[in-house]
Amino acid sequence: MAPPKNRRPGFSRKAQYGLFASYVIAVAGALVGLLLLVTAWVDPAGHNAIRSLLSDITSPVSRVLTTVVRGTGSGGDSIAEYFRAGSKNAELRAELDTARRRLTAARATEYENKRLKRLLAIREGDPAAIVTARLVSSSATSTRRFAILDAGASSGVANGQPVRGPDGLVGRVVETGRITARVLLITDTGNVVPVIRISDGLPAIVTGNGEGTVEIRALTSGANVLRIGDVFVTSGTGGVYPPQIPVAIATTTSGDAAVGRVLADPSRLDYAIVQPIFQPLAAAPPAAVEGAPE
Amino acid sequence: MNPRIRSERELQAARMRGQILPVVTTLAGSLAVLLPFIAESPSLPPFGFMMLLSWRLLRPELWPVWIGLPLGLFDDLVSGQPIGSAMMLWTLALLVLDLIDQRLVWRDYWQDWLMAAALIIAVLLGGLITANGAGGEGHVLLIVPQILVSILIFPVVARVCALLDRWRLS
Repeated sequence: MAPPKNRRPGFSRKAQYGLFASYVIAVAGALVGLLLLVTAWVDPAGHNAIRSLLSDITSPVSRVLTTVVRGTGSGGDSIAEYFRAGSKNAELRAELDTARRRLTAARATEYENKRLKRLLAIREGDPAAIVTARLVSSSATSTRRFAILDAGASSGVANGQPVRGPDGLVGRVVETGRITARVLLITDTGNVVPVIRISDGLPAIVTGNGEGTVEIRALTSGANVLRIGDVFVTSGTGGVYPPQIPVAIATTTSGDAAVGRVLADPSRLDYAIVQPIFQPLAAAPPAAVEGAPE
Repeated sequence: MNPRIRSERELQAARMRGQILPVVTTLAGSLAVLLPFIAESPSLPPFGFMMLLSWRLLRPELWPVWIGLPLGLFDDLVSGQPIGSAMMLWTLALLVLDLIDQRLVWRDYWQDWLMAAALIIAVLLGGLITANGAGGEGHVLLIVPQILVSILIFPVVARVCALLDRWRLS
């Protein structure tokens, strides 16, 4: 296409000033953006109020979509099964399909049963679970790994609380709205979880890689301490995460570091459980002393 | 006056549509993150920015150059990036496009795609840098798949944008 004609708006002073002003606004706005970035760098939790307000407003969309996806997923399958059955040997195939469908249904029920039992066991084991809710959407375009939880301050969710699934740790709450909360997943590159190896209590830290895996670093100087298949659970150090929550399993190792798979895959999670902060006041900063040497 | 527009109210509605549709579709592109899946990696192309680019390349006279500020702010609010990230990067991208438009005599489909590809790479890299500034530690390799998918999908977005434009002006 030809270049736009009206970038040089003739002899009209008004139009010329208008164009000039739009550039001034744009450059000034970009600088304001930079300023906001600097404030976010200084205080990452600074702009939470407005962001959580917007996620409160948009969360019904994700909630409805989640329900629709879960509903139509099974519906489409059964329709496809029906067409396949009707093509040839109608009776036999239909019978086979019915049996298969019943088997699938039975398996699904069995799985559901197991899962609910596990969930129940967890909730019985920890009476202090604050709320059980779904993760409805995530920051899919960003390099950070956040997920939106379908429960907020009105259900008792507060910043810093750990979030877990039936199979293990998912992350922690970093922003709270009225009816939604933003969860920083343990696969995020900025999230550090203190863990111990389940077999011998070897201390390690787990950091996200931002792509679904985590990096496990042993807190020892010896090389080759980690083995494939090592399972890590939270240690409770630092007071945010309660101890004994499964976190990750090592899949490839190299020296005192390993890449691991997260045990509670957030993308397959049905329900997430929000728990209270383990020791909320464990790390109160010491009072500053006047004139003390650095 | 268009023969299909029969009253003053219809004219107003048509003008309204002409003004608002590009903004609404760009906001909708930003809202693609509301899709109900929990991403393991940055897998979704930045549809908000791609809609902005498509509209800007298709209709350079449509928006003032500061339109990246409000649209970018909205994107920051929903995307999980630190606030100010898309505000700054989108506005810089629009300024760069203005500079290119002053130099370039004639551009067609291929130049549009090339410019869009360059700007998508720049904005996604910038987004990585701003996200790392706000607490992340992502590696550049993390966004390579996202960049590739975004560049390959851009012609589709541009085509959708052209369809919307035809409806907008009808």
